[in-house]
Amino acid sequence: MKTGKQEYNKMIEKASPNSSLIQNCIWAFVVGGSICMLGEALYNFYRNMNFVLSDARLLSSVTLVGLSALFTAKGWYGKIAKRAGAGTLVPITGFANAVVSPALEFNAEGFVTGVGAKMFIIAGPVIVYGVLASVVYGLVLFYIMPFLR
Amino acid sequence: MKRVITLPNPVYITAYSSVCGKKESEGPLGPYFDYTNRDDYYGQETWEKAETEMQKRSVSYLLEKKNIKREDVNIAFGGDLCDQITSTTFAQRDLGMPFVGLYGACSTMSESMAVASCFVGSGLLENAIAGASSHFCTAERQFRTPLAYGGKRTPTAQWTVTGAAHVFLEKEGEGPCITRVCFGPVVDFDIKDANNMGAAMAPAAARTLLDFFDESKTKPEDYDAIFTGDLGSIGSNLLKQLMSREGIELYNHQDCGLLIFDRHGQNVQSGASGCGCSGCVLSTYILPKMKDGKLKRVLFMSTGALLSPTTSMQKESIPSIAHLVEITAERKLL
Amino acid sequence: MIYLKAFLVGGLICLVGQILIDLTKMTPARILVTFVMTGVLLSALGLWQPVVDFAGAGALVPIVGFGHTLAKGMEMAIAKEGFIGIFTGGFSACAGGIGASLIFAFIASILAKPKSQS
Repeated sequence: MKTGKQEYNKMIEKASPNSSLIQNCIWAFVVGGSICMLGEALYNFYRNMNFVLSDARLLSSVTLVGLSALFTAKGWYGKIAKRAGAGTLVPITGFANAVVSPALEFNAEGFVTGVGAKMFIIAGPVIVYGVLASVVYGLVLFYIMPFLR
Repeated sequence: MKRVITLPNPVYITAYSSVCGKKESEGPLGPYFDYTNRDDYYGQETWEKAETEMQKRSVSYLLEKKNIKREDVNIAFGGDLCDQITSTTFAQRDLGMPFVGLYGACSTMSESMAVASCFVGSGLLENAIAGASSHFCTAERQFRTPLAYGGKRTPTAQWTVTGAAHVFLEKEGEGPCITRVCFGPVVDFDIKDANNMGAAMAPAAARTLLDFFDESKTKPEDYDAIFTGDLGSIGSNLLKQLMSREGIELYNHQDCGLLIFDRHGQNVQSGASGCGCSGCVLSTYILPKMKDGKLKRVLFMSTGALLSPTTSMQKESIPSIAHLVEITAERKLL
Repeated sequence: MIYLKAFLVGGLICLVGQILIDLTKMTPARILVTFVMTGVLLSALGLWQPVVDFAGAGALVPIVGFGHTLAKGMEMAIAKEGFIGIFTGGFSACAGGIGASLIFAFIASILAKPKSQS
């Protein structure tokens, strides 16, 4: 063929439409912001029930995770995410969706080899690299900081 | 290299069938399927079982139309997108025909038709079934993410068709006939974006078309329409550009991936994809039009992207392939 | 007022994520990993706590806040347990969020089946 690989890749770039950035950003901002606002409302609710500060934060996170699980199971989370993009991905509800959706999906392959083995197939990297990053911080705290003080 | 195979005898497509899922039934071709189910589970427990059930139903409609029994079928050719083409093999477990499994990703429909035609056209077989299927949910969970996972589809993405289609090929009979077939080579233009399959497959489509025109001494004007399998809007555009650079204008090109859904009203981004896409359009659109005499000579070419989840993760590029069959309307309609 | 702050800051973090998706072709999984590690780093540098004080859930609910929680947990564990804290700090800090996800995911997998999309 007369068209080379490099030339073709340039043709693809020209032919492929870009995502509508502004519209996507508005959706992400509004939905993501609303989820955070809901988190704040839940926190104040638990504070008013006389939970201590840290417990109220934890409980509000747990509630958000629970709501996300419900929305995921009902198939609503995907419908919102179709438009909201990062707005539903970045909050903790997105993390919960990434754990719940494979659990639902791979139930067909059994509780051990399906649900158990595949539950963290998407969210796993977040835990692995989050914890590893904190370990690096821990090493710095333990071995280096004492000399700096 | 032997690229174009002229069949010693024409192979008649004496019956065709197709079944589909909910979204396809709401599309422009919805009314023309033999059977549609509002529930994509097809009354089964898993998506894989649902796809197997679709294959079985499609074959049973085909046999019903021919008014023959399973035992009367010489050999069935076919495949699908699931790992180890289990949707097809599990359907054949119950159908019990002599069976040849094929994998050409989304090119499977024209691949199985081309292979089966060689057997029937050379007189080795009296008849054969060729078919393919795909299911949005089996493809999504195998190649992408769980269904309930929230994500935004890119504008270049394509929507896997939930559908199964089969054709009945005979040495003698009435109907449109297959006269020539052309098997394409595996082509790789270094595309890595698995969300832009049409772009990855367009060079394979161009390669096979060029080979066919060159060796058979034909040109686009000789055909009423040239159908590609599932290039979508981006891939179709790129195919036309590639062909135009070779001095061939594909003015009569149509893509099955753009016919099965209403692209603007049905949230399918660049168009449809999947083995079932070209098969279902063949059975609900192309062949009926040939029977009515509205189309006389067409080229039907399904296109396949030959990637796996493993090769994608290993950052390999996406090789692709396209197989072509030439279909001519019954002599009395010409 | 705190609600407005949570909305604005949380929304802004998501907006950054959306820009990364659209302009860099980064996959969602990579963005989450980057965000959580960024959260650990910003918190370690003492830059995230002021944002939390300002916006509350707006800084904690996005996955960056998960990184912040990990870093804070590490600080506490090392202060309390010394060397052993390096091994326990991260996991004990994120135990609540992961535990909740795991429990709800298991329950959901028993009660619900995935649905087709349209």
